[in-house]
Amino acid sequence: MIPAPESIRSILATDCGSTTTKAILIERGEQGYRLVTRGEAPTTVEAPFEDVTRGVLNAVREVEELRGRKLLDGDSILSPQRGDDGVDLYLSTSSAGGGLQMMVSGLVLQMTGESAQRAALGAGAIVMDVMALNDGRRAHEKVRRLRQLRPDMILLSGGTDGGDIKRVTELAEIIAAADPRARLGAGYELPVIFAGNQSAAPHVTACLGSRTALSVVPNLRPSLEREHLGPARDAIHELFMEHVMAHAPGYKKLMTWSPVPIMPTPGAVGLIIEKVAKRDRLAVVGVDIGGATTDVFSVFRVPGAPEPGATVFNRTVSANLGMSYSVSNVMAEAGIANILRWVPFAVDEVELRNRIKNKMIRPTTIPQTLEDLVIEQAICREALRLSFEQHKALAVGLKGKQTARDISDVLDQSSSGGSLVDLVDLGLLVGSGGVLSHAPRRAQAMLMMIDAFLPEGITELAVDSIFMTPQLGVLSTVHEQAATDVFERDCLVLLGPCVAPIGTAKPGSPCVTVEWAPDAGAPSRHAVAFGELLRVPTPGERGRLTATPERGFDVGAGKGRPVTRTVRAGVVGLVVDARGRRPFTLPDDTGARIARLRAWNRALDLYPREV
Amino acid sequence: MGHAYTPGLRVTAGTLIRRERRLPLKGTVCVAAGAEVGPESVIARCELPGNVQTVNLAEKLAVDPAAVGGTLLKPIGSIVSRDEPIAEARAMFGLMRNRVVSPADGTLESVSSVTGQLLVRERPIPVEVNAYVRGRVVDVLAGEGAVVESRAALVQGIFGVGGETHGTLAIATSGPHESLLATHLKPEHRGAVLVGGDHVSHATVMRARELGVRALVVGGFDDRDLRELLGRDLGVAITGQEELGITLVLTEGFGRIAMAARTWELLAAHAGRVASVSGATQIRAGVLRPEILIPLSSEHGAHAPEAEGGSLELGTFVRVIRQPWFGRLGRVVELPAELAALDTEARVRVLVVEFADDHTRATVPRANVERLAG
Repeated sequence: MIPAPESIRSILATDCGSTTTKAILIERGEQGYRLVTRGEAPTTVEAPFEDVTRGVLNAVREVEELRGRKLLDGDSILSPQRGDDGVDLYLSTSSAGGGLQMMVSGLVLQMTGESAQRAALGAGAIVMDVMALNDGRRAHEKVRRLRQLRPDMILLSGGTDGGDIKRVTELAEIIAAADPRARLGAGYELPVIFAGNQSAAPHVTACLGSRTALSVVPNLRPSLEREHLGPARDAIHELFMEHVMAHAPGYKKLMTWSPVPIMPTPGAVGLIIEKVAKRDRLAVVGVDIGGATTDVFSVFRVPGAPEPGATVFNRTVSANLGMSYSVSNVMAEAGIANILRWVPFAVDEVELRNRIKNKMIRPTTIPQTLEDLVIEQAICREALRLSFEQHKALAVGLKGKQTARDISDVLDQSSSGGSLVDLVDLGLLVGSGGVLSHAPRRAQAMLMMIDAFLPEGITELAVDSIFMTPQLGVLSTVHEQAATDVFERDCLVLLGPCVAPIGTAKPGSPCVTVEWAPDAGAPSRHAVAFGELLRVPTPGERGRLTATPERGFDVGAGKGRPVTRTVRAGVVGLVVDARGRRPFTLPDDTGARIARLRAWNRALDLYPREV
Repeated sequence: MGHAYTPGLRVTAGTLIRRERRLPLKGTVCVAAGAEVGPESVIARCELPGNVQTVNLAEKLAVDPAAVGGTLLKPIGSIVSRDEPIAEARAMFGLMRNRVVSPADGTLESVSSVTGQLLVRERPIPVEVNAYVRGRVVDVLAGEGAVVESRAALVQGIFGVGGETHGTLAIATSGPHESLLATHLKPEHRGAVLVGGDHVSHATVMRARELGVRALVVGGFDDRDLRELLGRDLGVAITGQEELGITLVLTEGFGRIAMAARTWELLAAHAGRVASVSGATQIRAGVLRPEILIPLSSEHGAHAPEAEGGSLELGTFVRVIRQPWFGRLGRVVELPAELAALDTEARVRVLVVEFADDHTRATVPRANVERLAG
């Protein structure tokens, strides 16, 4: 049973990642809830251990040692707290064992197929493939693909309510013909969720009811104008616990330790991002770059929505973009030239390729030399850039919506479904994951995010200090106050605001003037030329920032028009990025490019010496 | 983390290994517990269901989906041949006869009265699982396969490509520091598992394949050459399914890296014996490494079972696995408890290693060494 929030004095939360299990201990003190210590240990879901609880116990043991408090009773967590021993609440998130891997399907790839993909991603899944009637594959190819993939779960959608039955049934028949097996545990039926045309449900049940663990939930796209993802997402969470987690090594035991269901890690991070956006009334982008995958979360306003201020949450996962297991795929997808453009020294391509592959095969190593760190951070920029590109492609308005169109629009599907990502509107960009959270200087994390996301206008940037957003996300479902306290005080490290005018000009010509009036300290004024980066320390907690762009440049209010905003200060400070937007370019000439990169690194005091 | 070092790859003169040989689907097991098997002995076989072809009968015959069942010329479950008529309907007031023929050899699996689709299942695909390594069947997995046990010398590689194979172990270069070149390849290497030194090029791999060499075991290989070998950039380290005609195992990594002396010596000591080799690598989820197994005869005596784990202590023999001392070997001489600052300014747990070749010392992050166990 979940204890009453007011009775909770201490909380232990773990996140079982693909490589590392992280434990945090939160205690209630005079100032509310605070993080007191953390521990970590290798995840033990894979051979030779095949029991996730061993990694959890090892991580908790480290917390015990560091805090000097008894938290374990043999091989289980001591709960509730008695005196100084034990904790009142234990909870966990998990992405171990490859996380939740799903296959989704819809009738039309760009309509119900895309809605189904958003439902699965929003619930924290990795979408292995999207199957649709118009995906260009023949039926037997779809059957073969389903068999090869062995997903944890399938989400079948298609048709608006009262619409097409026949073709929805056809999709169910393809799944039945494939007779796919679940990835974990040979002896259980594959969970399938049907969230399509409700009139087709009896036919789908006749087709799949006896050979899969079928759940029928309300249609995720009841009409072309409406997307209703909640019931499908809830069903995914429920089945994740019931079927997938229950068959993953050690999870049955882990589930008995916590009164709160284990949540997929990205689902928990998404909860926090949504809450922050709602509370601060900001458009927010969050990114979590891991070893194997990179998740991007966003909350943006819906342009033209009937209710003012309506927002939409989106999450995407780039399953093969990451800094260790997937590092080589970043090189394959971005191309070696795109990585090298961020490196301020000459590197032999053969040598660089070998270095990246060596990181892939020995994923837990860390850069020892400054040059190695710079290369790793160059790869990170490209992994983030590619992940954000993928996010922008999926975080779009509903396609296929009935809108007033003239005849020229009739065949143009993309006229609806424009990207919801508006960089000028973006208020806060939050980064997490080892390469950002553990960057030796915070300015390095800030510039990596600026270079990858290219924010426009005025945007605040922050990082998760030690990557504890997953634990706080699941905590927020049972104790919002504790989650908020810790998120604000111990988790979020504000880096500072960034001013980036949109436009381009000749290097050295006037671009923007910023005035910074902090709540503590003297105001200052800075004129920044095109092509330059400037860092201004920001003492105090917040300040008033006025950015006046030159004619031809825009900081959010139109060309040449100033913008004034109260923003939070940060540990790096105010960064004025006058390097241009739309487009942002680097010099083609290697010598000129290296000179620019070195100048920017100096401007931000990025590294202890020139590289 | 208290245990932040990378567990080393196993290089051991003798160990009891067990390999589970399992079918992808249930089938027939062909061996009994206690049976002595060779690498090519069939352990189990099954038939994978054939691919499915769909035929839209409603559309092709211009009939209502609900009526397609009545158009079939043979009942569901019947075996049909490619181009054999399978359904028929009359059109134009019965004057014309429309026929549909089977798209493949197979079985009529099902017909839907909702969609009007007929499914034709192609013939099953036979699959066999062999023993892979010489040994004895110690456990039969009913309907799925068996566990083969063997006393063998074991060398784990760091990365490989290509599937399971076996052949006579042959040493091609004069030592672990010499690169394997096309000039080292001889006609008598046909069918061999060939051991080279610090590097092999793509051109030499191709030449070895032409000669019929079954597997190459070398210290290093360039990623640029891997791209040529695979025809694509390898994004994620999941290998073993490639059909390359040769298996390649790297014992050290990418680049030119001398094979660790003990690996070289162990392989050299078994030249002339039959070795089983797998290139299958999966870094994430399961941590599958490529391997060379050399089954031992009874005169090699009893050996301990495969062991996992082990700790990093003073005196432990390690290999540095990242720049600036990538590939160098030595012994741990200090394990400071406190965090130390690197050139990058990161503060991490470190150790001091004394290199075996020149006895110089270096401070290295604990995450950047691997224990050389055996």
